[in-house]
Amino acid sequence: MRSERPGLDAVSRALLGLGYLLLLIGFYFAIKAPPDAQQGYLVRILYLHVAAAWTGYLAFVVAGVYALLYLLLGRAGYDRLSAASAEIGLWLSFLMVVGGMMWARPTWGVYWVWEPRLTSVAVMIAIYVGYFLVRQAIEDPELRAKAAAAVAILGVVNIPITYMSVYWWRSIHQTATIDVINRKTHMPPEMLVPLLVNLFAFTVLYLAFLRMKGRIAALVAEEERYG
Amino acid sequence: MKAKYWIGLLIIAGAIGYMIWGGLGQSLVYFITPSEYYQDQAKYRGKRIRLGGIVKEGTIRYDPKTLELRFVLTDGVAEVPVFHKGTPPALFKDRQGVVVEGRFEGGTFHGDNLLVKHSETYQPPKEGYTPEEVRKLIKEAK
Repeated sequence: MRSERPGLDAVSRALLGLGYLLLLIGFYFAIKAPPDAQQGYLVRILYLHVAAAWTGYLAFVVAGVYALLYLLLGRAGYDRLSAASAEIGLWLSFLMVVGGMMWARPTWGVYWVWEPRLTSVAVMIAIYVGYFLVRQAIEDPELRAKAAAAVAILGVVNIPITYMSVYWWRSIHQTATIDVINRKTHMPPEMLVPLLVNLFAFTVLYLAFLRMKGRIAALVAEEERYG
Repeated sequence: MKAKYWIGLLIIAGAIGYMIWGGLGQSLVYFITPSEYYQDQAKYRGKRIRLGGIVKEGTIRYDPKTLELRFVLTDGVAEVPVFHKGTPPALFKDRQGVVVEGRFEGGTFHGDNLLVKHSETYQPPKEGYTPEEVRKLIKEAK
């Protein structure tokens, strides 16, 4: 079953192309968007921060779903996709934190505070750093996949806690601007559209990276098995 | 040679444990309001606390020479006079939500850390946004 040409497949190519195109459009929209009445142009960080945060959550949830599928069906491919998704999620989370800190210093007055949202995000990142340590620490592939799946499923529990932290506890982090809990959007269309375009771009790029990483991991596994 | 990964895992597990039981436990009530303080004064006396509320309109007194900032923090029910030494953050202004870290000295709250809480609402400046207005806006925000 060894593929002859391990290059980019058509679907990956299409997703990647579409993702980068959308990212350019999103960037243009973000630059064209009006400044905020209070923060001025600082509001532009939002287009990156929120898009990275949402796709990061998505990536971790997908990692948990694949982990569950692996435990139920035992196919190694699910384990590889779970790891791929968790890794992309971790990078997106770092991007979210860096953007958030750059925004927080001029708005709140500090880069970081140990308040509920930021603390739960720190826990989330620590869990997925731990996920990759687990993968490194265990040599037996089956045991490694099972232990990693357990961490990935445990990690999903923390995602709604992180998301809801600004509603459940008093925090300095504002609640969601696109408020899915109370079904309100605290944003005019000229800011909402750029945000949604960027969110879409990040989602398509996430799917492209997930597919590519999954395929690379499959090729590596084949290589290890057959030499 | 997998031992180093297990050490890493122990560190991560310890960090998560510390953040959940140590850090998060304290930060769950990230700040208290002035009314809550007055209701339970004995509990907070002499302790370092975070007070959260709104900057009462027209109460900001700031001396740029001595960097002494005074204002009244309110939650709509109770009010607390606040003293803070240092330049206020850019978005600090009347009716802004703020969290002040510090302790009471007499009837005045002495803050050593002033955080501005931003709302979830974003909007462009009211009169549209000509380049001149934008420049003015950015200058004011500094």
